Amino acid sequence: MHNVLQQLVNGLSLGGIYALIALGYTMVYGIIELINFAHGDVYTLGTFFSLAILGLLGVSNQLHGTPLVIDVAITVIGAMILCGLVGVVIERFAYRPLRNAPRLAPLITAIGVSFILENVMQLWRGPSPVPFPQVFPNPAWVVGGIEIQAKQMMVILFAIVMMVALQLFIYNTKLGKAMRATAQDRDAAQLMGINVNATIALTFLIGSALAGAAGFVSGVYYQSTWFFNGFNAGLKAFTAAVLGGIGNLAGAMLGGFLIGLIEALANLFPNGNQWSNVVVFSVLVLVLIFRPSGLLGESLPEKV
Amino acid sequence: MHGLDAHYGRIQALSGISIRVEESEIVTLIGANGAGKTTTLRAISGLVRPSRGEITFGGRSILRNSPDHTVRAGIGHSPEGRRVFARMSVRENLELGAFTRDAKGEIAGDLAYVLKTFPRLQERLEQKAGTLSGGEQQMLAMGRALMSRPKLLMLDEPSLGLSPLLVATIFAVIKEINARGTTILLVEQNARQALQIAVRGYVLEVGKITHEDSGANLMASPAVQAAYLGGAA
Repeated sequence: MHNVLQQLVNGLSLGGIYALIALGYTMVYGIIELINFAHGDVYTLGTFFSLAILGLLGVSNQLHGTPLVIDVAITVIGAMILCGLVGVVIERFAYRPLRNAPRLAPLITAIGVSFILENVMQLWRGPSPVPFPQVFPNPAWVVGGIEIQAKQMMVILFAIVMMVALQLFIYNTKLGKAMRATAQDRDAAQLMGINVNATIALTFLIGSALAGAAGFVSGVYYQSTWFFNGFNAGLKAFTAAVLGGIGNLAGAMLGGFLIGLIEALANLFPNGNQWSNVVVFSVLVLVLIFRPSGLLGESLPEKV
Repeated sequence: MHGLDAHYGRIQALSGISIRVEESEIVTLIGANGAGKTTTLRAISGLVRPSRGEITFGGRSILRNSPDHTVRAGIGHSPEGRRVFARMSVRENLELGAFTRDAKGEIAGDLAYVLKTFPRLQERLEQKAGTLSGGEQQMLAMGRALMSRPKLLMLDEPSLGLSPLLVATIFAVIKEINARGTTILLVEQNARQALQIAVRGYVLEVGKITHEDSGANLMASPAVQAAYLGGAA
């Protein structure tokens, strides 16, 4: 029992990262019906950008007090902006020219963009794992025999704050409404005076910025990354988005946390970590057999 | 607009269409299915790029305008098939209609006017637009187009699929909107009703204008009667 609870805590923090990445998949799919396979690599870029910014700030060790807050804020915001811009550039040059092409063309292009990003990162930081400094003090609390590390709390809280901010933006601002309108009916959105190209670019900006934030968080959590990290994480996050109902924001968050939990709970079994992918994708297959549009996907899903 | 051609792929949908709408008129465009009425409106909005011709609005060319610029120029378009945002509330749909505008007070005033004009929308303000009946969605599409406070309002088949009672209501509202100073370009299959309220009308057949006259004269024309009014009126 105590093991189960421990894995639940681990799974929630893992799931927070997946959920942040899954949001980007689901937002882009919602607005242009494209599975953006390069999204996982944008997430890895987020970790590398964070690393570069920390390097510029001269941070290589644990921080405390005011420097901790300031340096972390600069790093997170910097990584989000850089990843957001990368997303906008990808959309502008790789996907927009194919906006009215058959759907397979942008899909193949997305895989190509993914290869390009992976190779660029390999050239930049080499093929081996790169360590990420432990910037946060990481005390652990033992509650009823379960160890909760500070960084786990940080990941979960951070993911939740980002999601709440995204929800507020999408549902309460004019630009958020423009995104939802564009997702539902592009022509009708144009007739409202919405600039659809700008709105789609904004969607990539936000989705990629969230991936950048996830990249920072994952650096802090795993304390290392490598150029190919986004492949696996992206696949899991994409699975999370499909599990929750692709195009559905709440579904992506739910799916992300569920995938994290499933993966962690698989560790309860002997050699479980080697089986975690099998378990995750089996659950996906089962859910899709009984609910083809995902857990929260309905006949009238709220797409963005 | 003048001498307009438009193609869908290699199929020519419009050939050399010229129509003119004067300020504060109601002009109607009638014709059978597939004649090019909707394409004409889509070309004006910028959703379809004409291959040849010119479109001017208030003396300025809007031929190369993207649809969002057309809206900003003062042309509202209530599209064929209503195209309301089904997963958004009635209120959100109407708010999106005012997307190009910033003056909160004026927008609130226009919202009040639309809701007074269409009391059913008031009752269903917080409901998702997808749960509305066809007639209510039509009202919403019109109200939404009005929320941009257009100088020219283009209505594509506002009576399609509505009960006779609702059709009468919709046409009364069109006249009222016009009386408040909005110019109207009305595309209709319901030729009789459209010609009754229109100052002038155009008949479109397979991408070409075949008749052009005052509403009353078109109503009286034997050719138009035979083709669009179901024989002698």
